Amino acid sequence: MLIAVGSLVAMGATLGTVLGIASRYLAVEGNPLEAELLALLPGAQCGQCGFVGCGQAAAALARGEAPVTLCPPGGKAVAEKLSKKLGVKADLSEHEDKGPQFAFVQEDLCIGCLRCANECSTDAFVGAPKQVHTVIRENCHGCAKCFKVCPTEAIKMCAVPVTLGEWHWDKPGSHELH
Amino acid sequence: MKIFPVRGGIHPDYRKDLTCEKAIVPMPMPQKLYLPLQQHIGAPADPVVGAGDLVKKGQLLARAQGAVSASTHAPTSGRIAEVALITAPHPSGLPQLTIVIEPDGKDEWAELPAPVADPFAASSQEIRERVAAAGIVGLGGATFPSAVKLNLGSQNKLETLLINGAECEPYLTCDDRVMREYSAEVIDGARIMAHALGTPKIVVGIEENKPQAIAAMTQAASAFSNITVVGVPVQYPMGSERHLTQAITGLETPAKKLTAELGVVVHNVGTARAVHHAIRYSRPLLSRVVTVSGGAITEGKNIDVPLGTLVSDLVAFCGGLKEPPRRIVNGGPMMGQPLPSLEVPVVKGTSGILALTADEVNERDTKPCIRCGGCVTICPCGLVPVEMAAFIRKDNLDGAAKLGVMDCFSCGSCSYVCPSHIPLVHFFNYAKGRLNDADRERRKLERIKMLAETRNTRVEQQAQAKKAAAAAAAAARKAAAAAASENPENKASV
Repeated sequence: MLIAVGSLVAMGATLGTVLGIASRYLAVEGNPLEAELLALLPGAQCGQCGFVGCGQAAAALARGEAPVTLCPPGGKAVAEKLSKKLGVKADLSEHEDKGPQFAFVQEDLCIGCLRCANECSTDAFVGAPKQVHTVIRENCHGCAKCFKVCPTEAIKMCAVPVTLGEWHWDKPGSHELH
Repeated sequence: MKIFPVRGGIHPDYRKDLTCEKAIVPMPMPQKLYLPLQQHIGAPADPVVGAGDLVKKGQLLARAQGAVSASTHAPTSGRIAEVALITAPHPSGLPQLTIVIEPDGKDEWAELPAPVADPFAASSQEIRERVAAAGIVGLGGATFPSAVKLNLGSQNKLETLLINGAECEPYLTCDDRVMREYSAEVIDGARIMAHALGTPKIVVGIEENKPQAIAAMTQAASAFSNITVVGVPVQYPMGSERHLTQAITGLETPAKKLTAELGVVVHNVGTARAVHHAIRYSRPLLSRVVTVSGGAITEGKNIDVPLGTLVSDLVAFCGGLKEPPRRIVNGGPMMGQPLPSLEVPVVKGTSGILALTADEVNERDTKPCIRCGGCVTICPCGLVPVEMAAFIRKDNLDGAAKLGVMDCFSCGSCSYVCPSHIPLVHFFNYAKGRLNDADRERRKLERIKMLAETRNTRVEQQAQAKKAAAAAAAAARKAAAAAASENPENKASV
């Protein structure tokens, strides 16, 4: 009886010490998943998900508090990658993917207030105070932040047109399904 | 010469007899010519003419832009009617910027630069520049700018220039006719290209179902000891660059590598002829030989067509359509693409126009896969079409990519042999398009991330600079105030 109690106490003490030391020296700082999720997000800090930036969104995703479909500019592609990383099955069929978009300034409506340029997180705007602005299309990822701040509704969000080089065949049989 | 075996492939009904005895005839100049700015792989050309300009035959219309691009020239003299968006000869039917010429019927040549006096004394650089200035692209159908391909000698040690006269696509006979009728021009062009590339050997590979072409080319090449003309087995897709290289050298080109890394560069016979014209006569690429064939065509022909001629004009020149075609195909029936309408132009890559009847198209309903493995046996790239298609059907594109769907070059052999008529190659074309989209998206995302980071650092720096400036200003104010309180009489005196 004494031997059994003694050996269990000894084992408990040893293992407890080892675990205690391990938890101090092998501790993980922060959640490594957060960094991995952050790498999948666009990183433009547009804030359309409702969080302050991509870092906060990644943290919420890692805690399981946000859906994988949270990122509007990332679209279906980012949602698919996130669901794969997190191992959750996301119902992407309901996810409305508008496809890639870009912001376009209607020059006759622009008053040159620079609000859009200050809002843009990728410096896609060219413009000066009281001069008509324009968007460098390759730098725009369609987060629509500028669209929301424009006081004259001069900005419209357009779908990126399909070019000959980018066009590809539809999935066989996809016409019959719709 | 020893010919090495090539795996897989099929033996379709060739139907080349419809046009193989028809000599090449020139196409009469149509009412209008439509020259798209992009008739090649790479960046579209930049137009240097505008509506209303008068141009002469051979004059530059649009200049190549960037490293991989090709210029376009006026196929005849006339007036530029407009530069407008016109339906492209592409299955999507999307519009493309196109220069429209109204020919004046005089067919007057522009002043051309003097031809290269002795091409074999000229530098490789000079020949490449001439070929680029002539707007020559691969006329086998891939339309890769030839001047870029002639530069492969600078990075690789090249042994052989392989002239591709396999023409393994059914129906097409344009290369066959070019080899029979212009063998001397093809051989001369090949010798010039070999000189530019620095390859000691030239091999002309021709499928054995073209004995007259082999005879003509052998005779034309007999004067040159470094040229060999060989017959290769009749086996689709022998005309693919990689497979022809394997048949001739026995070496298999690794995935995602070029044949140049094996010391082989492949050019089409039509391209060789175009190089001959560009170097010997300074003539840019203004026309190409097109086979018009198929069961719905009244009379199949091989025609020397000015670039930009509408397919409808071409069909009319062949006596029109006997019956409504089930499909109009641009290129051969295996790898060719359906055309959205007849009102699209012939471009540099158009090797054939086929008007196929319902019998020839032979559309049948897709049935479930019986797992016969036929597609696996015939795949000339050694892929597993059945597995790849299963992944793609479930939208698991990464799974398909792991099995090598990007190494498929869409020869269509798997779709051809499938007893259940599963559109296998269609699945692969779709998957390749989606994977390319994803790749573009990934690159865009990287760019956006980089831009956002740059902006963040800039904003931070600005904020810090502002803070520092404010602190400095505050310190200065404090110092001034202190100085003022110390010398109140000074302040009063001011």
